Amino acid sequence: MFGLSAKDTRFLLIVMFLTLATPILLQPFPENSAMAQFNAGYPDLMQKFAIFGIFAIGFNILFGLTGYLSFGHAAFLGVGSYTVVWMYKLLSYNILPGLILSIIISGLFALLIGFISLRRSGIYFSILTLAFAQMSYNLAYSVLTPITNGETGLQVYSNDPQMLAGANAPTSPHLFGIVMRESSEFAVGGWVFTFNNGYYFCAIIAILAFYLSMRIFRSPFGMMLRAIKTNQTRLNYTGLNPRPYTLAAFVISGMYAGLAGGLLAAMDPLAGAERMQWTASGEVVLMTILGGAGTLMGPVLGAGFIKYFENIFSKINDNVLHSWFAFMPDGMEDFLVALVHPFVGKGWHLTLGILFMMVVIFLPGGLVEGMQRISRLFRRKKATKPGGPDHEHHPKPAPHVAE
Amino acid sequence: MEAILLQILNGLDKGSAYALIALGLTLIFGTLGVVNFAHGALFMIGAFCAVVMQRLLGLSFDQVDPSKTDFLGNPLVVQMPYVEKWFGPEIGAAIIDWSVPLAIFLAIPVMIALGFAMERGLIKHFYKRPHADQILVTFGLAIVLQEIIKYFFGANPIQSASPEAFAGSFDFGVLLGFDPNVIIYPYWRMVYFLFAALIIGGVFAFLQFTTFGMVVRAGMADRETVGLLGINIDRRFTIMFGLAAAVAGLAGVMYTPILSPNYHMGMEFLVLSFVVVVVGGMGSLPGAVLAGFLLGILQSFASMNEIKSVIPGIDQVIIYLIAILILLTRPRGLMGRKGVMED
Amino acid sequence: MGILEVKGVNKRFGGLQALGDVNLSVVENTVHAIIGPNGAGKSTLLNCLVGKLIPDTGSVMFDGQSVLGRKPHEINQMGISRVFQTPEIFGDLTVLENVLIPCFAKRDGSFRMHAFETVAAEKDMVDKAMHMLDDVSMADKKDMHAASLSRGDKRRLEMAMCLVQEPKLLLLDEPTAGMARADTNNTIALLKEINKKRAITMAIIEHDMHVVFSLADRITVLAQGTPLVEDVPEKIKGHPKVQEAYLGQSHG
Repeated sequence: MFGLSAKDTRFLLIVMFLTLATPILLQPFPENSAMAQFNAGYPDLMQKFAIFGIFAIGFNILFGLTGYLSFGHAAFLGVGSYTVVWMYKLLSYNILPGLILSIIISGLFALLIGFISLRRSGIYFSILTLAFAQMSYNLAYSVLTPITNGETGLQVYSNDPQMLAGANAPTSPHLFGIVMRESSEFAVGGWVFTFNNGYYFCAIIAILAFYLSMRIFRSPFGMMLRAIKTNQTRLNYTGLNPRPYTLAAFVISGMYAGLAGGLLAAMDPLAGAERMQWTASGEVVLMTILGGAGTLMGPVLGAGFIKYFENIFSKINDNVLHSWFAFMPDGMEDFLVALVHPFVGKGWHLTLGILFMMVVIFLPGGLVEGMQRISRLFRRKKATKPGGPDHEHHPKPAPHVAE
Repeated sequence: MEAILLQILNGLDKGSAYALIALGLTLIFGTLGVVNFAHGALFMIGAFCAVVMQRLLGLSFDQVDPSKTDFLGNPLVVQMPYVEKWFGPEIGAAIIDWSVPLAIFLAIPVMIALGFAMERGLIKHFYKRPHADQILVTFGLAIVLQEIIKYFFGANPIQSASPEAFAGSFDFGVLLGFDPNVIIYPYWRMVYFLFAALIIGGVFAFLQFTTFGMVVRAGMADRETVGLLGINIDRRFTIMFGLAAAVAGLAGVMYTPILSPNYHMGMEFLVLSFVVVVVGGMGSLPGAVLAGFLLGILQSFASMNEIKSVIPGIDQVIIYLIAILILLTRPRGLMGRKGVMED
Repeated sequence: MGILEVKGVNKRFGGLQALGDVNLSVVENTVHAIIGPNGAGKSTLLNCLVGKLIPDTGSVMFDGQSVLGRKPHEINQMGISRVFQTPEIFGDLTVLENVLIPCFAKRDGSFRMHAFETVAAEKDMVDKAMHMLDDVSMADKKDMHAASLSRGDKRRLEMAMCLVQEPKLLLLDEPTAGMARADTNNTIALLKEINKKRAITMAIIEHDMHVVFSLADRITVLAQGTPLVEDVPEKIKGHPKVQEAYLGQSHG
């Protein structure tokens, strides 16, 4: 189905199910229980899962497949956001024109930056992309203020033309009248599930984005990109020109980033220059590596993981910690609280940094590799029970690029 | 003419910082072949050594001062720094006043120890991994280091003053026959420049005139051959990492009166210093120094109103523009050797 | 008129004359060996043929067209494939994918935005690649990581990648360097078979006289960047100039 193998179709269906059922699945704890703070089924956070998932999926097409490490992808994210807000200001709060335009403009922008940056490889490529992104960021803050509204950030004012806005049009982002921030809530027993229009819009786009990346991964084009990562010399002497391949991958990933930026503004009609800062570029690198670069599911997992723990960890303060360790003797309790304190709340970035280092050092394949290792461990235990551990001598078949 | 001179002077101190950080980056890249994204964090930690020194010297105990009374006539309890007690009020106050330069003595051992620990504990395992992995792991380390500093010192910049003796400005113009107050230059910035020149000179002399330096230079040129000579190059490279960390740290310590230290200053300087290294030529020490000063000065020229009004925003992007131009036209940089990561 | 015509090629590196007035003509459907002592300019000559180096003067014509100034991938698209001294393969890809890539390169040219069809759906290409793997008896290893192959298998895979493109000229750079005697003999057998079955013109750069004399139809002896003699193997064997060039540097 969908032009995919049976295995991939099953995989895609699972991803679709998980994405669409997220508002239920991420709300496992009843509203009034102590564990409710770990719920993640609220619109704002779920939208971020989907949007940053798209961002990371796109980044992975470049970095995961070709190995070109860009440190400037946030620039495209910012461009996407600005485009959408400008469309609000000029046309109306309908998100569709802005989103389409954000993909086009970020694609053109990526074509320009990629064309120049891809003339170098390795660390030079990283630095070139970083330089371009920092330039965009600095300009957005200074001379481009008429376009970006500088530090205040771009937003819609009541005197904006909004030429296409009808008299009764919604006054917040919408898709032909479906208002993004509206939700319907369902209470079942102690549970409350929120089904938000914005989330579902992002989710559907995210599924499409995922499907597209799956097709790219399985296509001859994707195979060429992986070949670029492995051995450019051989590629040259096989009659293939790496430059247009990498440029195409760069532009595609730039368009994904632009779309993600556009969606950010579609959920919340604001765009600020900080979205273009290199820390934001670093974040998508973290997501991709943490989840597993070069795998299909990895970047989505990484994005979800980081955004979830960012939210949850940031909310844990000393009071919460004390309530966790309340069963301990007093001295012990204080000690544990003091021990954990630096890593939660505002210290979330510390945890993230440590985690990221651990992954790069011990688990270069990210969470996906971790899960594979664990499942292999279980499988081997089952397999070795009757026989003996001798199948290790055979050369391993290559793992399929997926899972 | 005055304006040009002034801008050159203004560019010197920033250029000094770039040059010092870039020098360390290049030492590490040239000897160990490692791209260190945590180098900016080392600069930042150096700056916080000055903060720690300031606080250490300011440690006080409560003392009843009979000479002062509150409005009820009771003797007042005042904070008395230990140094003033031990060395007498005048010398003590002077020591506190000189806390930034004194922090050098704290920064050197701290930074060398940190450098050793980093190299032995982490970087060592990444020699054979791809540059992308090196970038990623040191990027992670940079986040960790800056978050630790943020945890202990908070997110706000911390003021630290230069010694009072250097508080004012020096009228350079008068010296050169211009009108007074045309070219004035703060003393501390002058001190910083001289300090940087001293360190740069020291590093070069060390590499040029000691056997250790000779081995390291040979190692930078051709690591494998030197290894074949039976010289334990690894231990020397560990020491080089400590040295590079110390250089970055010292650059940070002395920079505190110019820029109040905050936890993310390292990242800002890192990005620019990397650009400096690239412009100077990956692996070239003189190139790093030259490009550091050059870009510092160019940046200050670009921020002149005369230029900004012609090309708006140029001050924000000049460094990056130059880096892009250099990378595209002469990828080995101003003074890089042919073939070093040229591709 | 040979398929490959090298005329008056000169190449200097600084003060060193790496190639001096090289003339060479490789006739279709023959195996042409280029031999010579170390530093004779064999590799430089090869690099001039594939576009890695550009000669200072002279011309290199392939199949009636000049290759000078063209990039390696363009020259490959003209019909020249190259086997490296140490096999260059796509280590992270599977064996089958390694062979598929040249199949696509042959069909689609140096770039095609072919991003929406799955590789598996390209039945023709997969069949062609599998057929090739069968020919080098590696079909059972098709799902293995290329990097985990043995050295001999890597060599065979690289050969398969070149052959599947059906090149008009196959360049081999010391295909048996560092091999044990048995492996060398296997490689010779493989190359002989290829030459016979597929009628592919080959130019071999080689150190090992055993290999050269088992395979070559014609031999060019290169010394200090200039061709000394060009002749059939029987004549080369006892040629006084050749012995002079190799004096003190016996090989093979």
